[in-house]
Amino acid sequence: MSTWEGFLIALVKTVVIFGTVVQVAALMTLAERKFSAWMQYRIGPNRVGPFGLLQPLADGVKFIFKEELTPDGANKWLFRAAPILAALPAMMTIAVIPFTPDIVIGGRNFGSLAVADLDVGILYILALGGLAIYGVILGGWASNSKYSLMGSLRASAQMISYELTLILTILAVVVMSGSLNLREIVESQPTVGHWHIWTQPLAFVMFVVATFAETNRHPFDFSECEPELVGGFHTEYSAMKWAMFYIGEYSAMTMMACLTVVLFLGGWSVPFWESAPWFVCLAAFLAKTSVFLFLFLWVRWSLPRFRFDQLMRLGWKVFLPLALINLLVTGALVSLF
Amino acid sequence: MSTSSTGGPAAGTTRVQGSGATGARTTRTFEFAPGEVDRDDPLHGELMELNMGPQHPATHGVLRIKVVLDGEHMVEVEPDVGYLHRGKEKTCESLGWRKFFVHTDRLDYLQPLMNNCAYALALEKLAGMQVPERGQTIRVLLMELSRVMAHLIYLGTTSIDLGAVTMFFFTFSERERIYTLLDAYTGHRMNNTYIRIGGVYADVEPAVEREIRAWLDQFPKKIDEFEKMLTGNRIWFDRNRNIGTLTPEMCKAWSLTGPNLRGSGVEWDLRKKQPYSGYEHYDFEIPVGTIGDCYDRYAVRIEEMRQSVRICQQALDRLEKSRGAEFLEQDRRYVLPPKGLVHTSMEELIHQFKIVTDMALPKGEAYHAVESSKGELGFFLASDGTSHPLRCHIRAPGLMNVQAIPAIAEGRLFSDMVSIIGSLDFVMGEVDR
Repeated sequence: MSTWEGFLIALVKTVVIFGTVVQVAALMTLAERKFSAWMQYRIGPNRVGPFGLLQPLADGVKFIFKEELTPDGANKWLFRAAPILAALPAMMTIAVIPFTPDIVIGGRNFGSLAVADLDVGILYILALGGLAIYGVILGGWASNSKYSLMGSLRASAQMISYELTLILTILAVVVMSGSLNLREIVESQPTVGHWHIWTQPLAFVMFVVATFAETNRHPFDFSECEPELVGGFHTEYSAMKWAMFYIGEYSAMTMMACLTVVLFLGGWSVPFWESAPWFVCLAAFLAKTSVFLFLFLWVRWSLPRFRFDQLMRLGWKVFLPLALINLLVTGALVSLF
Repeated sequence: MSTSSTGGPAAGTTRVQGSGATGARTTRTFEFAPGEVDRDDPLHGELMELNMGPQHPATHGVLRIKVVLDGEHMVEVEPDVGYLHRGKEKTCESLGWRKFFVHTDRLDYLQPLMNNCAYALALEKLAGMQVPERGQTIRVLLMELSRVMAHLIYLGTTSIDLGAVTMFFFTFSERERIYTLLDAYTGHRMNNTYIRIGGVYADVEPAVEREIRAWLDQFPKKIDEFEKMLTGNRIWFDRNRNIGTLTPEMCKAWSLTGPNLRGSGVEWDLRKKQPYSGYEHYDFEIPVGTIGDCYDRYAVRIEEMRQSVRICQQALDRLEKSRGAEFLEQDRRYVLPPKGLVHTSMEELIHQFKIVTDMALPKGEAYHAVESSKGELGFFLASDGTSHPLRCHIRAPGLMNVQAIPAIAEGRLFSDMVSIIGSLDFVMGEVDR
């Protein structure tokens, strides 16, 4: 394989993956509105395109043409940088997610459908994922609004209390599979019996809860908190800047759903069909991901919201000790057997 | 939630509690004493003054609350009312006795018929009139439906404030059905103005009665659904338990009534203690809480909806028995004659002219209160014997509820403000009048 051929393959994969993620993020806004409507005796958007499928496009056009407001006394540069900071990390972390095993077409091996096959994939995700919160913190601080400031302060307090749990639960999986490479983590769970959801049930539950906090989703969306903080960190944002926060949120949801599937549900592994072709594997991966995406919507429209100190208590007093014990036991068992 | 049928009507009291699993658990209350903090210490920093409202999603209308915050804690809370003041009491004095009925609808616009009834009862007390039994029964039916409507709004808005957005639509779809029923009966969904001095404007059609009964039969199941979503929900429990605790003494000091008082365990319900409109003939129970926190007030309101359904069903039974009876006292000093008679009889024409232009009530004073969904809703009327009141005062329970906010909110977290505002349950149209 020549250099330019390898470059071309990587380019195609990048375009496909990033295009899909942005599309999924856009469709998730529609899905959110549709699912919530169905749960609430409503119909949901159905005017633009069949079943309202073009609604995200119409929204996008609207956001671009809306007037952008910057409040008086706002720190202009940080105010502009914050939405970008919020949207980028989720899109960048998706690069290391392996969606399929090696793609073999006509005897040629094109490699896994992933932008990069990093040996430190997990570290890369954690490092970049941690940056997303800066968009929220800076956006709230730069707005020069009291409500926004409170939203961003809550976000920073929240970050400290859940990131540790998130990392410790991921570590338990890493210990089980013996690698930081996402591809090898998937390959360590080839059949349903090997899935880490069975070997690490406690870590799975804590990880899923932590992903809700990581993505700032209900019931942990304290930095937004519609009724008290009137939108929180994005109170003062309008037009495309506001939409960027949402693209960030929905990309992060997609990203975390993918990560959950990779870590705990065997990634592309198809139940009871070990030698499935790559496109079946891809379909299995997407199906598993959509289950978790639906979970995000389901929880949001069913549960009341926590109070932020309750999440802190949950994070520090329940999840952190549990995750540490879980990691300790996992490590001890793995080194013994 | 336990509906103690063992207590029976003799005891007349239902003690509501959290469902078995969660009832015994309590969350630690937040200890915070704003006075003890040294403000010169750089660690504590400055206080932040936050203006909550008058346009704010959680203030249920146009209430403005000035909050002084130390981080997330509220040091000082000061509610500021008056943004919806329309001078209703003065309007009553200038419009005259009859025409003010329309304006009572706009006080607590979530239960217009309740306000109609309260005003009509005060007028009747002043005039020394009796209402026929069927008229009273229809009033009881309408008042209880209003109570359910208002409690559904409480449940929906409080849920949306605490993040359970879907509950809002669940409760609103039920309220919508009551609106449809009222539309079928009164011809209006909101602002019905259907109560008259001496009774009600028109009789209930049997078909409407059947529709109301059909709705009543399925409504308890819907309440069960609401409870499934909230009562045993750990998040809902944590957001409401031990928050905004009102002791019976505080309730008395702030003259709180209604579910807020009963949530604190005081068994005080005007329907039982000072029966009006024949409430003494109905079999129902007064739910009371134990601690007096937001969760108890929630539980009390849920149980009150169930009791209202019972009362409505009994009222429908009575209506069936008294079908065809008089529903409007035919007292020609205050009650308009039927239109057909006006066209044919000289006396009736004179009565009509007299009532429309210059209906005078006897000299004197009267105060009558009803148990509205928010508490004791009373009208004080003073008459100098003319066609216009000397003074009309409305005892709006919502105003007292707003006054109690600082007492239970200070020292707590800012997030608790929405639980407290929601659970006290007031409507600014009534508070500001």
